[in-house]
Amino acid sequence: MATKKFMYLNRRSSFGTVYAIESLEVVLIAAAFEQDVSLAFMDDGVYQIVEGQETDGIGMKNFSKTFHALGDYDINKLYVSKESLEERGLSESDLMPLVYEDEDDDWEEKPSIRVVTNDELKAIMSEQDVCLSF
Amino acid sequence: MLHTVNKSSFERNSLQSCLNTIDDSSVILFIEDGVINAANNANSSMIADLATEGRIFALQGDVEARGISSKLADNIKLVDYAGFVDLVVEHGTAVSWV
Repeated sequence: MATKKFMYLNRRSSFGTVYAIESLEVVLIAAAFEQDVSLAFMDDGVYQIVEGQETDGIGMKNFSKTFHALGDYDINKLYVSKESLEERGLSESDLMPLVYEDEDDDWEEKPSIRVVTNDELKAIMSEQDVCLSF
Repeated sequence: MLHTVNKSSFERNSLQSCLNTIDDSSVILFIEDGVINAANNANSSMIADLATEGRIFALQGDVEARGISSKLADNIKLVDYAGFVDLVVEHGTAVSWV
């Protein structure tokens, strides 16, 4: 099967709407079809990968833990908008430490998250075959 | 009156519309994605004065779900669901800014 470059744009926070969890479902499907998958987090979407989400108090599934599994599906390009983080008083250290094992480098554990400026994100988006927005 | 806001001010103008029409004795309770407005961020100045007056509340479960417990702006009062009920009883008419 031909491989395409898929980018998933995540612009909404986790629990107020169904967008975030639906995006994650579709991301995993694309990975199952061995496509080249990237994720971008911008606007309130950056809250999806904030460390320390505890959902006991709202009775909803804490799907933030699923992001830790992405590395095992060869999804290791998670771009996070620097501007969106700053606007929200957040920094990279507030995000979950998401990693993958690099098979080309003796399975060394490497960070999947890359904080990028909107200009950098613009360039990354222009390389994609498909962009899906959630 | 009790005003509840359940949207992030980065995504909708619900909070701004609420602030435009709130009277001097009303309080605001942030619920669901509205708790993002209780975090220390670029929009915090919108509610800073009301928070100082002790008139800004946020629902604790929603704050914890979003991982922003340690990121709250100054003078935000956290309430649980029982506290939510108390606010409703105390302030009478409730307006829901959805």
